[in-house]
Amino acid sequence: MADIAQQDGVPAMAGGLAETMDRLRRSSEYVVIPLFALVVAGLIFSLFLFALGQSPAMFFSLLWKGGFGTGFSWQNTLVRAAPLILTALCVAIPARLGLVIIGGEGALVLGAFTGAVASIPLVNAGAPPFLVLGAMLVTSVATGAVWIGIVGALRHYRGINETIASLLMSYIAIAIMNFFVEGALRDPGNPNKPSTQPIGEANMIGEVPGLGVHWGLPVGIVVAILLWVLMNRTTFGFAARVTGGNVRAARAQGLPVGKLIVTACAIAGACAGLAGFFEVAAIQGKANASLAAGYGFTGILVAFLARQNPIAIVPVAIFLGGIAAAGGLIQRRMGMPDATVQVLQGLMFVVLLVSETLYGRLPFFRAKGDRR
Amino acid sequence: MSSFLLSRRTLLKSAAIGSLGLTTGLLTQRPAFAEDLTIGIIYVGPRDDYGWNQAHAVAAKALAQVPGVKVVEEENVPETIAVAKTMESMVELDGAGLIFATSFGYYSPFMLDAAKKYPDVQFRHAAPLWKEGDPKNAGSYFGYLDQAHYVDGVAAGLSTKSNKLGFVAAKPISTVLSNINAFTLGAKSVNPNATVQVIFTGDWSMPVREAEATNALVDAGCDVITCHVDSPKTVIQTAEQRGVKSCGHNASQADLAPKGFITGAEYKWETIYKQFADTLSKGGTLPNFLAGGYDLDFVQNTPYGAGATPEAIKAADAAKADMKAKKPIYVGPLKDNKGNEVIPAGTSHPPYDPWIDQINFLVEGVTGSIT
Repeated sequence: MADIAQQDGVPAMAGGLAETMDRLRRSSEYVVIPLFALVVAGLIFSLFLFALGQSPAMFFSLLWKGGFGTGFSWQNTLVRAAPLILTALCVAIPARLGLVIIGGEGALVLGAFTGAVASIPLVNAGAPPFLVLGAMLVTSVATGAVWIGIVGALRHYRGINETIASLLMSYIAIAIMNFFVEGALRDPGNPNKPSTQPIGEANMIGEVPGLGVHWGLPVGIVVAILLWVLMNRTTFGFAARVTGGNVRAARAQGLPVGKLIVTACAIAGACAGLAGFFEVAAIQGKANASLAAGYGFTGILVAFLARQNPIAIVPVAIFLGGIAAAGGLIQRRMGMPDATVQVLQGLMFVVLLVSETLYGRLPFFRAKGDRR
Repeated sequence: MSSFLLSRRTLLKSAAIGSLGLTTGLLTQRPAFAEDLTIGIIYVGPRDDYGWNQAHAVAAKALAQVPGVKVVEEENVPETIAVAKTMESMVELDGAGLIFATSFGYYSPFMLDAAKKYPDVQFRHAAPLWKEGDPKNAGSYFGYLDQAHYVDGVAAGLSTKSNKLGFVAAKPISTVLSNINAFTLGAKSVNPNATVQVIFTGDWSMPVREAEATNALVDAGCDVITCHVDSPKTVIQTAEQRGVKSCGHNASQADLAPKGFITGAEYKWETIYKQFADTLSKGGTLPNFLAGGYDLDFVQNTPYGAGATPEAIKAADAAKADMKAKKPIYVGPLKDNKGNEVIPAGTSHPPYDPWIDQINFLVEGVTGSIT
């Protein structure tokens, strides 16, 4: 408070520096509060560890070592972060329009599956890798876009709750894949694990040279940046945010609300479909039940932790990727069950949600002269 | 329920701590090995699932007591890039010299890639997948569980009153079909009137459908239920609640059914794991492909429960002796359940016959369809 009073006392300084500092101070709220929440979650989790007779110091040092401590740990972390960036975008973009879409898993799985199917005739015809991958990319992205686009259309034109619809459609998507993978499109060469025909070693996307991580990571980061620009620096983004703020006001302004909703959902689905493309083209090499690995659901956590900001999603995805990467080491060194790391994630999520109430209440982050 | 899980977990933990203490105690007096061997074991689900993963975890615990061996375990590792990274992490951060990847989908591409990347580390996978041309430091190990299911069938055939046995199965693939067939042939060998009704749930872990299937089988008159799903916990518990008898699968479920448990088909991975650790510590080479049944002590049956009748125990013990002596399960003349002859008279398929791995039919006496 004293701080504010003092600043108020200073005559309004003409000049960019003071203004920039002030803006930095105000926007630092979005960094300081989540960090504070993470520390609190860490403290609560330490109590949990104490109760189990385990050492928090050891836990956090292993968390560091397994997630970020060595070059290998970084690779491990980044590989796990790659799909999360894209599935988190699937949540964050519709969220700007006030929609809670939690069905990224389905768009990922179905996108991956159709991509793998699209590759089959081309692979059999001996098409070059760029053609195979190109066809897969287009198919996967389009499938994801249509799938979540449908959710948006159901929301706008039929008034069906998008959260429930997207979640239920996830199960439908996984069932569709299983139906074909175990039936008509099953590769006879793989009798005990039903899968589609492999795309072949030659058609796999390699790693980024020198990084040991597949191309899904840089592509995800670029897409996140592009979508940040789209949502914050274009008329489309502005209209979308107005719609998210107040649909009726947006409609009164003559904004094409339906079109905005369906487009934003399609973009979201395209991101998840892209994640699916990389799962097949960079990792699995075929479509099977392993595609439903929960990336779509972890993406929800990432998006909420990042407060639906496309750029913030990147560090948050890396952070959660690091926790997942370290989870194995913690299991092996401390003999703790896999659920330990999930407890930590759950605590973080709850504390962060609670910390939402702090925004705008801490005097330090207020604009000059705001004396609420 | 949750308190039960908790106490179980605590139990496992204290057992783990106990075995750790024991190992440390042994370490001080063990004979000198060239160097310690760290073995990594990876599970696709929780270690205490009463099923596939638990069967491996029980063996891991036994392995950890071998002098000079350190075991590191990781559970709930999905068949994605996560398992690739877990294997690398075990090599890079724990210095593992041997890795057991225990889930089917770990093999291709993940374990094969890891084997190529770390040629000095041995990788072994729990399914008969290794073939000539795959990396030499990779390999497969597997147990013929159908032999233990045959013994189950013998015991079930003499423990039933309705002569109707029920089988809850995951997917109609060869491994599962051979277990259903062996169970049926075992039952019919001692009780020609026995029939087996099978319900496929469609996936390895579908607790709700497994419970529904069990209930449906009991409603249809089956008074012995067995299964081939990842974790038989739901099936055995449901059968016990319905007051019918049960036979287990993968690991021991005896404590889930104190009234109705007969026996169960169990893997004995311990035999293989200790054998591998021993070979490596002596500087030997591991086989690329190792499969066996009762004859090699790779499978076993759970000790008989309250559901087994005295005749059943006697006949099942005789069946175990037959299996140890490599007596064939598939003997002609044999028809499938559509009436087609699959084995002509005078022919038989002994254990280790590759024919068994390709089974794509249900034998006569099974009610159910694979399509």
